[in-house]
Amino acid sequence: MKSRNLHRAATLALVAIAATGSSAAAQIRVVATTPDLASVAREIGGDKVSVVALAKPTEDPHYVDAKPSHIVTLNRADALIEGGAELELGWLPPLLENSRNSKISAGAPGRIVASDGVKMLEVPTSFDRSKGDVHSLGNPHFMIDPVTVKIVARNIANHLAQVDPKNAATYNGNLSRFNAKLDAKYADWQKQLAPYRGAKIVTYHKDFVYFAERFGLNIVDELEPKPGIAPSPAHLAQVIGKMKAGNAKVILVQPFQNRKTAETVARQTGATVLDTPEQPGAASNTNTYFDMMDNLVHTLAGGLGAQK
Amino acid sequence: MRGCLILCALGIALPTFANAQVPKPKSKQDSVARADSIARADSIALVKQLEKELGAQGADTGGTAAAATQGPRATGGYMNIGFVALTDAGLSTEPNVGAIQVGDHDPHVNGFSIPNVELTLDGAVDPYFKGFSNIVYKLDKDGQTGVELEEAYVLTTSLPASLQLKVGQFFAEFGRQNNQHPHAWSFVDEPLVLNRMFGPDGLRSQGLRLSWLLPTSFYAEALVTVANATGGTASSFRSPDSPEIHGGVINDRLVDRPSDLLLVPRFNTSFDLTETQTVVLGTSAAFGPNNSGPSARTEVYGVDGYWKWKPAAAQAGFPFLSLQSEAMWRSYDAAQRIAEANPAVTLPAETLKDRGMYAQLLWGIKPRIVAGLRGEFASGDPGAFLSEVRRDRTRWSPNFTWYPTEFSKIRMQYNYDNRKGIGTDHSLWFQFEFLLGAHAAHKF
Repeated sequence: MKSRNLHRAATLALVAIAATGSSAAAQIRVVATTPDLASVAREIGGDKVSVVALAKPTEDPHYVDAKPSHIVTLNRADALIEGGAELELGWLPPLLENSRNSKISAGAPGRIVASDGVKMLEVPTSFDRSKGDVHSLGNPHFMIDPVTVKIVARNIANHLAQVDPKNAATYNGNLSRFNAKLDAKYADWQKQLAPYRGAKIVTYHKDFVYFAERFGLNIVDELEPKPGIAPSPAHLAQVIGKMKAGNAKVILVQPFQNRKTAETVARQTGATVLDTPEQPGAASNTNTYFDMMDNLVHTLAGGLGAQK
Repeated sequence: MRGCLILCALGIALPTFANAQVPKPKSKQDSVARADSIARADSIALVKQLEKELGAQGADTGGTAAAATQGPRATGGYMNIGFVALTDAGLSTEPNVGAIQVGDHDPHVNGFSIPNVELTLDGAVDPYFKGFSNIVYKLDKDGQTGVELEEAYVLTTSLPASLQLKVGQFFAEFGRQNNQHPHAWSFVDEPLVLNRMFGPDGLRSQGLRLSWLLPTSFYAEALVTVANATGGTASSFRSPDSPEIHGGVINDRLVDRPSDLLLVPRFNTSFDLTETQTVVLGTSAAFGPNNSGPSARTEVYGVDGYWKWKPAAAQAGFPFLSLQSEAMWRSYDAAQRIAEANPAVTLPAETLKDRGMYAQLLWGIKPRIVAGLRGEFASGDPGAFLSEVRRDRTRWSPNFTWYPTEFSKIRMQYNYDNRKGIGTDHSLWFQFEFLLGAHAAHKF
């Protein structure tokens, strides 16, 4: 009797494992380097894909640890979405080297470079590290520009259609729906920020350049004197001077940036420090790209409105 | 085979092009068009057949290969070039600094040393291989420049079953630090136990390494290296410097069977303990002949571990806390041999046993600032020959590193260094490093 029960339990377990396996096998396994790319991939892939992000929502995408567990994740991936423009240069190459997965090798249909086709800003005309850690292919922080994200979404849909041709129509349909929702949201975000066109803001790093250009904000300066260089007292004194002269009253920071430095400058200038994470999941109730952008626009509009 | 495809494609394209360029008499046009159409259909059928056959063989039919040759997007061009230079400066209470700083890339003199300048070249060779090369320049204690080909190897990119092959000259994957280049070290000098087991340059040789990423839900990798057991960088094996270990005259041996080569198996695994903590555990061994006698052999075993904590919202990777440790054992079968120092003396056959370990704790206090502490010992059982490189030794090394950016670093390190039977020395070293060009990302 006992052996029959054992046999039955083992059979059930095998069936369960097989069912799980077939369900997982039916989905395209997408790995995104950052949560924002992962969120867009979920919108485009729908239930045809499973998506994981390597970087944590609160993690600086420039400084992700190349942990061995990421090698396993990449080894099993059908597609990889990277921001490109050297955003992940400090950690993705050794992971890819060890992942042994030709599906996501450079140029393969499963390798999706989000920045493909994006009009990059701040592309340097010469390479000189005395200017800081400047990305040679341009500023990689384009994901908070909703118009540019349409290009990213199209890149993802095109590649998913190549990786999984039988569901190409689904991906194209999801792309259309995503774009329609983005258009509606973009109109709303523009409306919220319209009263603040030309408003002066300060950021910690050069990570709001695309956003500011899209919504007509004026970045007075960054707390970093040069990209990747820690703020120095002399530079902060200059920033304080510029903020006072230009009446800039808002400083934007990410979860992984030094808020205390921003608060010091804020005390000197009467400005407000706003937490404006650029990754879904970094703030509560911001699990999707749309939630994250809603939060960002709402926080910024609120902060700028309070200063009026 | 790809050549066949190109010819077939040309076969299709050329008649079309010819048709477009050369008008034909009306009376013949229909029959020519029909002939072209048949020829084209035949060509297409042939291409499809070839594609099918090639596909069945698992060959690349062109598209992905062409795309893959686009290579890295990062720095452009077909090759990344990097240049790293280390300068050491400092003082030790031991006037013969080379007696205590025994690593090839350690500071060698009281005053200034340039022990390691690396020219690194890497890139995609083609869709199937990546190539790496590391050429080291160094100044000896007399200021003379030395050049060595430290590493030059290719790595496969598309073997099936998660296999990967490395071929060329490379550091053996034994433990954590042996295959790290000096600019990636967290301390000024080579750990004592690595020096004792693998010599001043670490264990590296010419050979091949096969690695398999196991199909487990967690990271698990099995590696095996087969390499030449000869030369100054195979210290525990058939090295010309081996008399320092066994004290005998070298017994020259040729490679006439597989066991005359060096075999280095390793197993490495890792777990994310929490969102913010990761541990990596490994075990390695190295087996090969030594040159104390015609059939003498050496076995080296090692275990290693690495643990790191970094908060989820770290700023530029800081703060962090990490602990790294390696322990090694060596069993060196020394044959009966004539003493190198005195041919009248015969040293008895014996097994020389050595062991040692190090543990290093790093605290990334705030962005770009790291404090470290390393404790280590190495010890050897007495043998018939009193070897300086088997003497019991303990060293403690607190240090402090400031990284102005990822491309430069300034380090200060104190060594409390006790050699049994000799005494204690104190050393203070400073190190400056700069990096130009591509900065290869460090492995975890």
